[in-house]
Amino acid sequence: MPEEHRIILKHADEPDYTRDIDCYLKHGGYEILQKAFKMKPDEIHQEVMDSGLRGRGGAGFPTGLKWKFLDRKSGKPIYLVCNADESEPGTFKDKQIMYKDPHQLIEGMIISAFSIQAKQAFIYIRGEFFEGARILEEAIEEARAKKFLGENILNSGFSCDIVVHRGAGAYICGEETGLIESLEGKRPYPRIKPPYFPAVLGLYQSPTIVNNVETLCNVKHIVEMTGKEFSKIGSPGNTGTRIWCVSGHVQKPGYYEFPCGGLTMGEMINEVCGGLMPGRKLKAIIPGGSSAKVLRADERFKGKLKDGSEFDWGIWDIPLDFDGPAAAGSMSGSGGIIIMDDSTDIVQALSNITAFYAHESCGQCTPCREGVQWMRKISKRMCGGDAREEDADLLLSIANQIEGRTICAFGEAAAWPVQSFVDKFKDEFKAYAETSPVSSESGDKQLV
Amino acid sequence: MRPLKDMELSQETIAKIDARVEKYPTKRSAALPLLHLVQEEKGYIPDEAIEWIAKRLELNPINIYEIITFYPMLKRKPMGRKHVRVCRTLSCALRGGYQVCKSLQEQLGCKLDETSANGEFSIEFVECLASCGTAPVIMVNENHHENMDEEKTIALCRELKKNTT
Ligand SMILES: Cc1cc2nc3c(=O)[nH]c(=O)nc-3n(C[C@H](O)[C@H](O)[C@H](O)COP(=O)(O)O)c2cc1C
Ligand code: SF4
Ligand code: FES
Repeated sequence: MPEEHRIILKHADEPDYTRDIDCYLKHGGYEILQKAFKMKPDEIHQEVMDSGLRGRGGAGFPTGLKWKFLDRKSGKPIYLVCNADESEPGTFKDKQIMYKDPHQLIEGMIISAFSIQAKQAFIYIRGEFFEGARILEEAIEEARAKKFLGENILNSGFSCDIVVHRGAGAYICGEETGLIESLEGKRPYPRIKPPYFPAVLGLYQSPTIVNNVETLCNVKHIVEMTGKEFSKIGSPGNTGTRIWCVSGHVQKPGYYEFPCGGLTMGEMINEVCGGLMPGRKLKAIIPGGSSAKVLRADERFKGKLKDGSEFDWGIWDIPLDFDGPAAAGSMSGSGGIIIMDDSTDIVQALSNITAFYAHESCGQCTPCREGVQWMRKISKRMCGGDAREEDADLLLSIANQIEGRTICAFGEAAAWPVQSFVDKFKDEFKAYAETSPVSSESGDKQLV
Repeated sequence: MRPLKDMELSQETIAKIDARVEKYPTKRSAALPLLHLVQEEKGYIPDEAIEWIAKRLELNPINIYEIITFYPMLKRKPMGRKHVRVCRTLSCALRGGYQVCKSLQEQLGCKLDETSANGEFSIEFVECLASCGTAPVIMVNENHHENMDEEKTIALCRELKKNTT
């Protein structure tokens, strides 16, 4: 069985590891911060470039490159924002870090803030993490008392503070420009890019870096081991570890940290997660949070990889890194892998997903606002026993009219599940119109 | 418009509000945190809070009102003393979230999206709570309850009903 390789979650689940600063210091905490202060901000940036680190929030954008886009000439203050909104369905990794090892995030943030020269940093945490926000506030107080935060940190001449800002139950606050609007005290309406690239015109119209919790923790480990060493974990273009979150129909759902590409989907599900439920067969997998396109159990995935080599995979062969699920026509997204076995009513599953996007659209763009409501209504009507012959095509046509026509990537996030579910399970969507099954009572779970 | 009562807040909340406003480069950024603080004390956002917060942050009431109407966690009327949030999203549903929700309604004598007549319970569906690995998940006030099933739901409800005020 593939062995976990824990860097970020190294201590989190050790029985005697606690989240207070004394325990963190005993485990070498804030030593890397002292190392960082002996370097120049640009040297740290170079290490992050060398590491090949890609963002863990969803898009997998190279972190060093994002930092490079920062407008340093504007003369305005620079801000660092940690995206701790964690709301992509199927994702629960950032919670583990913040609840069990908050100082790791804070150390990663101070090092990152020093590198980009941000004196003010924010953690935007989803509102339902009541306890998480308290834990972070306490950890920040502890760090301030020990002079790791505040004025002239450890006599380095660098000053920085972190403010914890709670959201209030809206998924769109995870989208970085929506997050910024929310942090400014407005409705979280995403901004249009260009011109509002956060690195140029972000928080308070100032240059801003938004990074995910796991991404910022990685910065600490990069400074610790050097970017070059970090880049040896995983493979080129897919460096470091990733915390995968597995949920749904497996025996041992949970979060598991592995080097990128260190295992295949089959190894993850059948070995690490203890396989499917007894007597069940795989039906489908969503590999990167509910916004990712669904993969059908019996699909073949063929094509060419970035390095030119050809691949021909079954679903179990997909390597778990950034590029594997993308090569299979989906994405690794937020790292949330949702498993559905043959007890799943696929139309109900899609209906559950469309209800999510209908609830969460911010309503700014007409195709998104109207489209998600229609996709919810149609899929719900189908589940209610009133499916029509034309529904599958109607759903597809609506999704196709959202994609590419919106301000933010929520439009795609809402369209992709519909496109892929209907396309890959057309037979089941069509069959619904003929038999109109009402939610089955055969022990299968009701999903809508 | 009917005249509004003055906003009465505890000294403790006022102190927290003053400290919060200080933390941000602009006053407006404190809007959502102030709404959270008011809701923590009052249980919901009363009419007078909208004007009060707007004044405190040198904004117009509409700037506050439009935030309240956007965010699901901000409430315009009191919720039950035990506010139960049930995750509705896919990973929880795949492991029985809807059944848990049904059972909760039966046990607590409170319908989904309603507050029980005695003001004790409210039940609402919420979207993914970032605890999908321990699905199905619910929250009671600020605490998560994970790996829920029929048995655990019955035990929890018994406990919640025992502590009725
Ligand atoms: C609709 C939507 C929701 C998002 N939700 C989150 C989220 O909950 N957490 C997160 O870190 N990134 C989320 N993102 C991605 C962010 O916009 C942004 O790319 C990310 O925080 C950048 O961090 P990274 O470079 O470290 O990955 C979301 C994006 C979209 C379009
Ligand atoms: S795509 Fe949807 S969520 Fe994004 S800005 Fe437009 S309406 Fe809002
Ligand atoms: S789907 Fe329920 S916690 Fe994520």
